[in-house]
Amino acid sequence: MSRRYAMTVDTRRCVGCNACVLACKAENKLPEQGFRDWIVTETRGTFPHLKQEIRSERCNHCEHTPCVSACPTGASHKSEGGTVLVDHRKCTGCKACIAACPYSARYVRPEGYVDKCTFCLHRVKRGQEPACVEICPTSALAFGDLNDAASPVARLLHERASKVVKPETGLKPNVRFLT
Amino acid sequence: MSLTRRQFIAIGGSGVGALALGSGLGTGFWGLDRSPLHDPGSEGEKVVPTFCEICFWKCGVLAHVKDGRVTKIVGNPAHPLSRGKLCPRGTGGVGLLYDPDRLKQPLVRTSKRGEDRFEAVSWDAALNKVAEGMRRIKERYGPEALALFAHGYGSSWWSALMKAFGSPNVGQPSYAQCRGPREAAFSLTFGQSPGSPENLDIENARCLTLIGSHLGENMHNTQVQELAEALSRGAELVVVDPRFSTAAGKARYWLPIKPGTDLALLLAWIHVIVSEERYDVRYVEKHTLGLEELRAHVKEKTPEWAYPLTGIRPELIRESARFIASFKPASLVHPGRRTTWYGDDTQRERAMAILAALLGSWGRRGGFLLPGAMEVPKLAAPLTGAASQPAASQAAASQPAASQPAAKRPRPAADKPKGGGYPFADETLASGLLEASFPGVAAYQVKGWLVYGTNLLQVLPDPRRVLEAMKHEELIVAIDVLPAEITGWADVVLPEATYLERTDDLWAPAYKQPFVALRQEVVPPLHDSKPGYFMVRELASRLGLGAHFPWPTADEAVEARARAAKLDWATLKKSGVILGKAAPTTEEEGLALAFDTPSKKIELRSDQLKAAGFHGLPEFTPPEEPPPGSFRLLFGRAPVHTFGRTVNNRFLSQVFPENELWINTAAAASLAAFADKPLKSGDRVMLVNQDGARSGPIRVKVTERIRGDCVYMVHGYGHTARGLRFARGRGASDSALVTRSKVDPIMGGTGMNVNFVRLERPRAPEDEAGKEGRA
Repeated sequence: MSRRYAMTVDTRRCVGCNACVLACKAENKLPEQGFRDWIVTETRGTFPHLKQEIRSERCNHCEHTPCVSACPTGASHKSEGGTVLVDHRKCTGCKACIAACPYSARYVRPEGYVDKCTFCLHRVKRGQEPACVEICPTSALAFGDLNDAASPVARLLHERASKVVKPETGLKPNVRFLT
Repeated sequence: MSLTRRQFIAIGGSGVGALALGSGLGTGFWGLDRSPLHDPGSEGEKVVPTFCEICFWKCGVLAHVKDGRVTKIVGNPAHPLSRGKLCPRGTGGVGLLYDPDRLKQPLVRTSKRGEDRFEAVSWDAALNKVAEGMRRIKERYGPEALALFAHGYGSSWWSALMKAFGSPNVGQPSYAQCRGPREAAFSLTFGQSPGSPENLDIENARCLTLIGSHLGENMHNTQVQELAEALSRGAELVVVDPRFSTAAGKARYWLPIKPGTDLALLLAWIHVIVSEERYDVRYVEKHTLGLEELRAHVKEKTPEWAYPLTGIRPELIRESARFIASFKPASLVHPGRRTTWYGDDTQRERAMAILAALLGSWGRRGGFLLPGAMEVPKLAAPLTGAASQPAASQAAASQPAASQPAAKRPRPAADKPKGGGYPFADETLASGLLEASFPGVAAYQVKGWLVYGTNLLQVLPDPRRVLEAMKHEELIVAIDVLPAEITGWADVVLPEATYLERTDDLWAPAYKQPFVALRQEVVPPLHDSKPGYFMVRELASRLGLGAHFPWPTADEAVEARARAAKLDWATLKKSGVILGKAAPTTEEEGLALAFDTPSKKIELRSDQLKAAGFHGLPEFTPPEEPPPGSFRLLFGRAPVHTFGRTVNNRFLSQVFPENELWINTAAAASLAAFADKPLKSGDRVMLVNQDGARSGPIRVKVTERIRGDCVYMVHGYGHTARGLRFARGRGASDSALVTRSKVDPIMGGTGMNVNFVRLERPRAPEDEAGKEGRA
């Protein structure tokens, strides 16, 4: 069976420390102010009746990909396991994909091309976890193949309730938040 | 087809063209149809294990090195404190190592102190000058007149130098400005302290209570790992904090307590647990002393009594107390870390220790663990003071003679006032050494400072007092990596290599999985920086103390120690850590509990305190209220920073560039000074404290997540040092606003949460530009 890569973010475990963000920056040699993942803290209510959720977010590697459809050069494409990638050589930096993405998951590198989360496929190929997953001190992040019932993501999604960010987009994100 | 990792890296390292070729050759291997996979090339050609120094937790890390540069730092899976994971700060070693503002050469002051004018000199000249200054102090006032202020693991060599020199005055601000009250209180109650790293079984706790800890923002790697694990297993969390912390957001109960009243809440909790007989009866009967006195003591300390003091409703106090007790003994009340708040901190920590005893959680699964450490004897004098262990003498015999004529016993430390005081201080008080720098305060005066890795102008309360004290000093030497404020006041600045560029002594703390860890050089020192051991050895030789440091380098010293302890040196180098044999750490595992107190019991009632003139059971005294229009200033940590030490770290600062002032939404709306234009998040304000001290401009965060009677900021910002080009003028300094502290009479801790601030609009446009108002 083909692979379907996905990530889970456990909102019970995550403390929003930014280790994922910084590990990604070092691993992928991102430029200053370039981020492939980020922390969102949502607080609701008024003092002292408050609720809070912390999420480590990144490209959702959606099933349906307006970013790919919008790309005039074919630089944005779906790769192995449904991972959405940008071929830097084909990207002209036109930003059509950035406009099409409802999750603000992309940015333009100083060199002029668009960059985003790759699920660290270069690591996955070596049998390693994505850098953010590896470093996470709360083990809030898991990565794997949804089509493999034994993968951590498949197990977690089987055991736990989950949600996606902005379900109303209908894009079927492959990054799921365990609640 | 298979590639070794080395081959893979060789391909990845040679650029996009080669990658495309590689991809064409190995399509099946890569399995990619559309485009070659871009490898960013951060994987090291060499991976060196060592341990971190971005904070004091000292996690095991793996540093990846490529083309001679450290590309990334990750957690060492073999190390019990990191278990392959790392906190954000740990990734920031690259930001420290390649900080363009690093101290690069030895410097000697050329004008008045504090004018921050220096000339670069040779190591020889700098060390001669330091040695000369030290010798002069020894001749004029005796060796004890030299004090060392130190923070960080690299300070062990400097402590050894102090011992050889003949001074007991080594003060770590991590005691009297941080964890001291906790250490004193737990020692008084249980006969020992929770240690560092704290030996807490968070992982197996069924209920964790945080009262004065913002774990999760405080990123002690292992503890946060265990917190997440416990939460994932369904453990409950009770959080007492004036601020809706990250942890509060995950808690069953959040008690937004009025700052300074934690002891009242603790006494009311104890009241509920004792009066309703909810304590661990078997444990308390078997192990404790003074239950009946405690029962009488808290008889009137009802939740109704605590309500007006703490602002926490009686039913909530009662309910949370019952909740906490229902999980005993796996109900862990975290003892906190920076516990120097209000000057009655030992008594508050005593109440926490008493609560832990009532819950039966000391020496129990899911509570406080009582582990041992691996035996790794230190080598010959002065590192131990004696070379009596067989292993040590054997090592000494194989080295140049380390024996010295027995030195004259030094005078006791000068950290207490003349008439005595702080009877339960079990470490030297850095703040006491500061006071001893003024004439007539202590039994003798401190006349020279060595300052290792601690920015005293941000660390000790009241920077004005620190500046004043320095006027009395004949020698000030700063040993540091970055040009922090204190280095600008030194006579000589010695640039140290970062922890990634040096070897330090072995570390073998008491921990449930005993281990010994190695800090080793990952890359050679940049610039003209040198490892601490080099400096210490050179100074020792200039002072006629060379025999104390017979090993030419730290590597040789550490290897000799490891070999003497029969540790496999090759393994230690290769994996960075060697594990010891785990012994029972709890009653459940078969440990027989023993208490090193005068009664050999857990002392709920402390006759030691009583005999010294203090309350034998904790009494609550309400703290002073903020004047109308002012707020109590609270400060804490951000996950990506360690004190002020990382504020210049450009890598870490990408996600946290400056601190903000948290203020309650309703409180912000009712500020008279801002009536014309209500404050909103992102606006900049100035802070003025009760003594007229001002902070530079700071952005406000208007939020529901804090009470209305206090404001909060992350500690360590508002740097003024010229050399910290990135940090300078970023955010506001809480330290500049802590002009007042309340000293704990029991152990000398400096309570720093006793300052009040009011908010003002920045006065002139140049303030808006982010300049600090004053030095």
